[in-house]
Order: sequence, then structure tokens, then C-alpha cells
Amino acid sequence: MPADTELMPEMQYATLAQQGETAQFGMWVFLTQETIFFGALIFTYFLYRTTYPHEFAAAAKDAVLWCGTLNFVILVTSSLTMVLAINAAAQDVRPNRMVRWLIMTVVLGCLFLVVKGYEYYLDFQDKVVPVVAFEVKPGEGSAGVLFWVFYWVATGLHAIHLTIGIGLVLYMLLWRIRRGEISPAYYAPLEVVGIYWSFVDTVWLFLYPCIYLVGRS
Amino acid sequence: MSTTTFGGVPADEPTAATEPSYLTSENTIASWLFTRDHKRIALLFFASVTFFFFVGGAAATLMRLNLAAPEGLLQPAVYNRMFTMHGIIMVWFFLIPSIPTTFGNFFIPMMIGARDLAFPRVNLLSWYVFNLSGLVVLFSLIMGGADTGWTFYVPLSTVYANGYVLAAALAVFINGFSSIMTALNFVVTIHKMRAPGMTWMRLPLFVWGIYAVSVVMLTATPVLAMDTFLLAVERFIGIGLFDVRHGADAILWQHMFWFYSHPAVYIMILPSMGVASEIIPVYARRPIFGYAGMTIALMSIAILSFFVWAHHMFVAGISIYSGVFFSLMTFFVAVPSAIKVFNWTVSLHKGRISFDAPMLYALGFVLLFTLGGVTGLMLATLAVDVDLHGTYFVIAHFHYIMVGATVSAFFGALHYWWPKMTGRLYPEMWARSAAILMYVGFNLTFFPQFVLGYLGMPRRSYTYPPEWQSWNLLSSAGASILAIAYLLPLLYLGWSIFWGRKAGPNPWRASGLEWATPSPPPKHNFEETPVVALGPYSYDPENDTFIDQEGVLHAR
Repeated sequence: MPADTELMPEMQYATLAQQGETAQFGMWVFLTQETIFFGALIFTYFLYRTTYPHEFAAAAKDAVLWCGTLNFVILVTSSLTMVLAINAAAQDVRPNRMVRWLIMTVVLGCLFLVVKGYEYYLDFQDKVVPVVAFEVKPGEGSAGVLFWVFYWVATGLHAIHLTIGIGLVLYMLLWRIRRGEISPAYYAPLEVVGIYWSFVDTVWLFLYPCIYLVGRS
Repeated sequence: MSTTTFGGVPADEPTAATEPSYLTSENTIASWLFTRDHKRIALLFFASVTFFFFVGGAAATLMRLNLAAPEGLLQPAVYNRMFTMHGIIMVWFFLIPSIPTTFGNFFIPMMIGARDLAFPRVNLLSWYVFNLSGLVVLFSLIMGGADTGWTFYVPLSTVYANGYVLAAALAVFINGFSSIMTALNFVVTIHKMRAPGMTWMRLPLFVWGIYAVSVVMLTATPVLAMDTFLLAVERFIGIGLFDVRHGADAILWQHMFWFYSHPAVYIMILPSMGVASEIIPVYARRPIFGYAGMTIALMSIAILSFFVWAHHMFVAGISIYSGVFFSLMTFFVAVPSAIKVFNWTVSLHKGRISFDAPMLYALGFVLLFTLGGVTGLMLATLAVDVDLHGTYFVIAHFHYIMVGATVSAFFGALHYWWPKMTGRLYPEMWARSAAILMYVGFNLTFFPQFVLGYLGMPRRSYTYPPEWQSWNLLSSAGASILAIAYLLPLLYLGWSIFWGRKAGPNPWRASGLEWATPSPPPKHNFEETPVVALGPYSYDPENDTFIDQEGVLHAR
């Protein structure tokens, strides 16, 4: 769908380039804030992890390693497909290649959520859901539950962020690209979504070792 | 069109506006509720924060009525809920959003020569999120309120308190999104949307103040967001990361809370500093003294504000070494603050000072801020704090900063920019009376509380020994004067919208870009983007002239 009408910047911008630059800068500023948001949670985790290393190690043994690792691979791959989509947007006038990579990204994002959901189901069976179904395992004492509170809060918030990310990619696919608003001349919106996507990916990069790896020798 | 005369020289005739003003360009309700115009959103925010100011004020009125006599008026439990809701509403629903969301929203784009903020839709969303959080807090209030104090200390807030703590905490959590969206918009706008020639060192100090506060909001608010989120989780499911029964650290709540809430004090004061720096040069007809120093001081305060939080926790059982560190850092913050006070004072030297209402508010701001700051140093001293912690001395200290200084600046900004926002002049004598009344009423309300605190009266107490009644009565009497001083502007400013004199584009003969467009401004602020040639404060008191930021010399 070649855009025969020239894309105009919004009223407050002088040029399309300024608009794109500003949008990207806005996303980076937003992610500074997000980093501190998750940072506060991970800080809390480290505080308790160092206070109760044995209890946390005992509790963390019940985390489903293969699910976490599989999700790690899925999410890192999805960042690659995201970047390939942006690359395609920058190079191709026709959107086909970009759309293909974006669909891949959405599929991988959804796959992550499916694996995560299955992991939650396993967690439930394993009785590591505080208050709802919880059983104190040997060695984790009364502090072990703190690990699981962290686990649910952290993975839950991460899943919400990922869901928003999937929504943003779908918005690109079903609205912006269909209307021909993403082209080599102007693809900043897609880049903004890509920056966000990589951030969500990066959060998992930090959560994964915290939950699944530390103390698991 | 009427010609406004000011100081004997006829003001510029408003150029026949080719565009209708932002107020009259569209008139449907939808055009207000779905507007993307930063000026209209500023007015929407103004309505919201003013509403919450009076809700929080009503709670304060009940408290002061209760404390007028030792036997009191309210049930102790009701009193607890009143001071809690007063704190929550005043901090998050008035003081923090007050100046940034209203005057910041309105004037940041105008002062930097932009047509709007970078993200107008985010700006509007911020207002809706703010109101959503406001509804949640009103729900909590109407259902009976929370009684934990605005600080939500655990385990009181998670285990023992009975009220609607969850709703109040969620309101604070949601409110944070609004803060973050507004702050993000300002940071991005100031970085990317400045008019040609508007370098960083030509920005008005109000813009610098808003920039500093936005940086603090962006970096501090997420910690509070996580903190209140964890609190809400713990309150909801009954187990969480502050749960001492499982070996968690209750003090961690305080650390995370104050990591936000001390910078939040600077969130409240930094925009006010910007306002004072705008008003003083205009009414002293003199450049601000030490512009570069002022910008450095603003940013230093913003950065240092992150290293002082534990001075709220000297008696909470933190180590004496961290006590020493945080005490020292608190003294350091006083240095840039004092630099600002000195610079405002020196800015008056050899000026042509006129005591118009905004100037009275600005001078009141400087005086109250100084007193609040100096008593803050007393509290920062470890040994003194052990004695004064949790007394009315603390209450008086932070009210001098947050109410005395910030609200004075808020009203100063309201009067100073009123002609630009509405196109009308307010009645000067009424405004001066209100300004003086506010200063007197404020000091009468809160100075006795220093004495009471020194005598040992604990904060958050619904009663006290009878021998302290005279001080408390004085304070309550002062509060009634203060209430009048707060209500008075509503009346005469409301009057001036309809019957005030037409203001013209630049009634104060000020040099900033916001005065270079008609009052009220057209929808897109400037008919053509201005080109900036100069810094903002080129006033010459000797010849009584000034040069506007586009480089044109004007007689006053």
C-alpha cells in the first residue's frame, strides 16, 4: 500500500524527524523510570536473599528450571525478531517482511505467556502459591515464603508488561502498518515499541538468574 | 479593545488576534474533556487540585477545631482518620501535582516557545489517571478513611489498621502514574521542543525548576509505586515482603517510603523556587542575581534529595553511622537552598521594587522557606532530632516548607499568570490583602506549633494537657484566618473573569516568551515560532527598560 499522501508531523513538531526523535527519547525516559520500578523490587529480593541465603536457596529449588530457561530462550529470540522487523521497516518499501517478523514476535511473546501459565499450574500443584496453596518445604523455614511472594509479584508484573508489549505490537500490525504509516521514511513508532520490547526482555534477563539460578548448585 | 496603562506608559495594544484564544476556539464540553491543548489540560488540572486542596483543607479544619480545646470535638478514631486523609490528600492530590500540572502545564511550552508539550495525549491521560486516583481516595475517605498516618508504616498498615488502607494505598499507587506521565512529558519537552535560540542557559528558572522536579519525580516515584504495590499485595493477601512474622524487615518499608517521600518534599518545593525566581525579577525590575548559580542549585537540590531520606528514621533503629551520614547529607542540601535564598535577596538590591500581590506572595515564600529550612537544620542534627522527633516541631517545620512556602508560591503564580491565563486583571488591593492575610494567618497557625513541639507535644495526638491550650488556641485562630485567606482569592479571581479589566499581552512588562503572545493565548500559543536571542531576565532598573527574549528593547 504505497502512501500517496505525505505523512505529516503532529501539530507541535516542526518535522517528522523531530517527532520520531522525541518519541524515542520519551521511551528511553520512560524506561529509566521502569528500571527503577523493577530495581526496587530486585533490591528487596537481594536484601532478603543475603539475609536468608539458605532458606531462599531451599525455596528456590522448587522453581521450575526448564520453564524459566525455555522462556529465556523464547524471549531473547523474540527480541531478535523484533529487531529484524525494525530492520525490514527501515529497508523495505513493501511491508511484507516487517509484518512477517512482527507476527513471529507476537507468537513468541504469546508462547512465553503460555509456558509461564503452565509453570504457574505446576507451581500450584507444587504448593508454592502463598496463602492460596502453600506448603513449607524442608529447610526453607518461615522466610522461604518471602521468596515465593517475590516470585509471584515479579513474574506477575513482568507478564503484565509483556502483555502490554504484545498489545503494542498488535497495534502496530493491525492499525499503523495497515494504514501505511510505517515506512522507511518514518518508522519511529515501531522503534519505540522495539525499545520497550527489549526492555521487557531485559527484565527477564535479570529475573531469570534471581529466581532460577542463584544457589542452585 | 481597551488600552491598559501601567506605570504611566501605555501598554502595547493587543495585536488583532488572527486566531481565537484557547478559551473560545471551541466551546463544547467534549472539546474540554478530550482536549489535547496543554493550556486547557492545565485548567482541568487546576480544577482538580483546587477541589482536593479544599477537601484536604476541610480535614485540617476539623483537626484544628478539635485541638482548640484539650477535651476536643472529634472521637479519637475520627481524629486519626482526619489527619491521615489530610496528609494523603494534601501531599499527593494537591502539593505534588499543584504547580507542575497547572502552571507547568500551561507555561512550559509557552516559555520555551513550543506549540504544545511533546505528548499531548499522554498529558490528557495523566489528568484522567489523576482523577481516577482521586476517586479511589475519595472512596476511601467516604467509606471511613484510613488511620495509619500518610506514611502507612508497617505493620500498622498491613496488619493492625482497620480502615480503608488498601484503597488509600492504591490511590497513591495510581496517582504515581499521573506524576510520572506529567514529569516524562516535561523532561522530553524541555529537551526536544525548545524554540530556535532557546539554549539551556537561556531557559527561565521556572523551566529549570520544573525540569529538576520532573527528574526527581521520574526517579523517585517508581520506588514509591513498588512500595505501595507491595503494601497493597500484603494488605490484600495477608502476607508479603514487609511481613515481620516471616522475618521480613519492617524498616524496609520506611526506607523505600522515604526514598520517595523525602525527594517528594523537593518535588513540592522546586517548582515554587522556580515561581519565586520568575516573580522577583519582574517586580524588582532587575535581572535575577546569579542565574547560573540558581540552575546549579536547583539541580544540586534535586540530586542531593536522594541521599537524605533516612533523616526521617533517626529514631527508627538505623545504625548510628548511617545516622551520621544522612545528617551530614541533610546539612549539605542546605547549601544550595541557602544559595537560592541569598540570590533572591540580592536580586532585590538596587531594584525598583513594587509590592504587587505576586511579589508579596514571592517575598512571603522566601521568608517562610527560610524559616522552614533553618528549622529543618535543627531537625537534621542527630541529638536534637532524638528530642524533637514526632513532635509538633516537625509538623511546624514541614508545614512552613510545604504549606507556607509552596502554597504561597502557588498563589503567587496564580496571580502573576492570571492575566495571561484569563486575559483579565485581578483587583490588586484585594489580592494584596489576601497575600498579607495569608502570611499573617500562616505564621499565627504554625509558629505556635514550634513552641508546642519544643514543649513536647506529640504529633498525631487528639488531645493534650490543659496547660498547652493557649498555644493551641492561637494556632486554631490562625487557621481560621488562613482559611479566609485561601477562600478570598476564589471570590475575587472568580469575579475578575467576568468583570476584571482586560489585561493586554504583557501587563507586568515582563521579558519572558509567554508574554509575547496575546492574553489569553491563541490555541497554538504563537502565531509563528519565536526566535530567542537572550536570557529571560534582561531588566534595567536604572532606565526602567527591559529587553524581551527575542531581543527587542521596551520601555516599561
